Amino acid sequence: MTRRIVDSASPAYQSAGAFKPAGPPKNYSVSELEVMAKKIRRAIITMIGNAGSGHPGGSLSAVEILTALYFRILKHNPSDPHWPERDRFILSKGHAAPALYAALAASGYLPEAELCTIRKIDSRLQGHPECGLTPGVEMSGGALGQGLSFGIGVTLAGRLNKKDYRTYVLLGDGECDEGQVWEAAMAAAHFKLDKLTAIVDHNGIQLDGWNKDIMNIEPLAQKWESFGWRAIQINGHDVAQVIDALEQAKKISGQPTVIIALTVKGKGVSFMENNPDFHGKAPNAEEMKIALKELE
Amino acid sequence: MAQEMSTRDAYGQTLVELGKTNPDIVVLDADLSKSTQTHLFGKAYPDRFFDCGIAEQNMVTIAAGLASSGKVPFCSTFAVFLPGRCFDQVRMSISQPGLNVKMATTHSGISVGEDGISHQAIEDLALACALPGLTVIVPADGVEADKAVRAAAEMIGPVYLRLGRPKVPVIYSQDYQFKIGQASCLLEGQDVTIIAIGILVKAALDAAADLQKEGLRCRVLNMSTVQPIDEAAILKAAAETGAIVTAEEHLAHGGLGSLVASVVAANRPVPMEFISMKDYAMSGKPAELMERYKLTAKDIAEAVRKVVKRKS
Repeated sequence: MTRRIVDSASPAYQSAGAFKPAGPPKNYSVSELEVMAKKIRRAIITMIGNAGSGHPGGSLSAVEILTALYFRILKHNPSDPHWPERDRFILSKGHAAPALYAALAASGYLPEAELCTIRKIDSRLQGHPECGLTPGVEMSGGALGQGLSFGIGVTLAGRLNKKDYRTYVLLGDGECDEGQVWEAAMAAAHFKLDKLTAIVDHNGIQLDGWNKDIMNIEPLAQKWESFGWRAIQINGHDVAQVIDALEQAKKISGQPTVIIALTVKGKGVSFMENNPDFHGKAPNAEEMKIALKELE
Repeated sequence: MAQEMSTRDAYGQTLVELGKTNPDIVVLDADLSKSTQTHLFGKAYPDRFFDCGIAEQNMVTIAAGLASSGKVPFCSTFAVFLPGRCFDQVRMSISQPGLNVKMATTHSGISVGEDGISHQAIEDLALACALPGLTVIVPADGVEADKAVRAAAEMIGPVYLRLGRPKVPVIYSQDYQFKIGQASCLLEGQDVTIIAIGILVKAALDAAADLQKEGLRCRVLNMSTVQPIDEAAILKAAAETGAIVTAEEHLAHGGLGSLVASVVAANRPVPMEFISMKDYAMSGKPAELMERYKLTAKDIAEAVRKVVKRKS
């Protein structure tokens, strides 16, 4: 590979410092996490608005899930992204890259100022995540349906290497249309991967419209259960519920757990909420201003 | 080694040997382990063998996850299913990040015979060679298959190994020095070069022996690494022999023929002929099919006579 990537040590990336790098795990309170979620939402809007393209709807719906993971649940070390003992987070719905990059920057994997390079030429922050390019990105994403299978491989390697880490995979609900998700669901239960947790960001909307109109996936929790998973359904915007479900998953043995997180596409920005048009459309300058105002 | 051996048998046996010394080697299959011969590894090292059922997309992506975590996964199924059935997964989860996954497929080409066109992979090289950074190897016999599997395990990066079902004559002796990316010259000659892969390497040698009687001295190159292709050997052949015939059990489009032609056309144009598949075949005995679709020593010899006439 000969792609030229700007070094993050470049002065162009010196952080303005709105995010304080979180460093190794720390016990954030729920109210601190809520503040963090709002900052991440602002970063998402700013990134996509500046880039002029991207996927705000499914990035905003996943914010509390990412916040709970990166600032409460994951055992990780942003200064050592390849730490062998780390828990792995795999973003299967790769179009939520802005949310992931914001969480990575807030954790200290990236300088915050680098976020404004997303989707621009030579940036480490590609339109969809690329592993090996961005610190903290575990898997390349963008083509849907592959993350859970990848997570199975990561979890099996942990079992073979006698490591104690856990693997978390975030999927979209529209992504569950992909047959490979169910190949993986069957296999994870077959291999009894209790250190694998899937989270479905169930915002009800995919690119062409509402799930129920495009391709009905209900009853979703029952589908996973019938494949041999433990299913926990929660409000995916209630950080405390997200944390509680992820903690419950750690205690389940002999089978993988799926958390069906009921969310709102475009959450936090009035004109994006439940609006399929903002699946893959950037806000214009005026919309960006309104959105950031709403997220103050 | 026996006089005849299939490349898939060599693969299965070599995997077991590699498993002894390298604990990071893991093997995945998609419910074809008895055919691909990975069942031998599964029997020897059950903890490191994962039968993924009939789910090739899932299998190759699991392999990517294993590779990202330091394992050296070999995954196998028939060449019609990998990369065809799971091209998007191979592309995004293996090729783009350059993960260390070894994809070894068996039952390639029309020599699978009676199962018919659904099972005859004649497009897999085109798909594999479309992926930048993927090393693509087609061993010619059991000895080369053994050495190629070992070399694939040693190198870091994704590899596609194309293996076959039928027993094929052993060409190489055990002291053969296989090197990824390097064509092997099996016969020196100055009048024309036959560049062959897989089971057509033996056919090329047979054709060269017949043509020798007519006074035509053929060079025979086994281009076992199709990607990255050995440009130096091709250009040397073009310069020194002035004509090239390629021979493969695959469509010319995207296969050996077009890969050699693109090197020749860009650097040293010489007349070329292509022994390859032109269309889908049908059920039949392997030997009958090779004859019907003109993939025999006789056909290679005919192409050589034709290309030599075109030399200026």
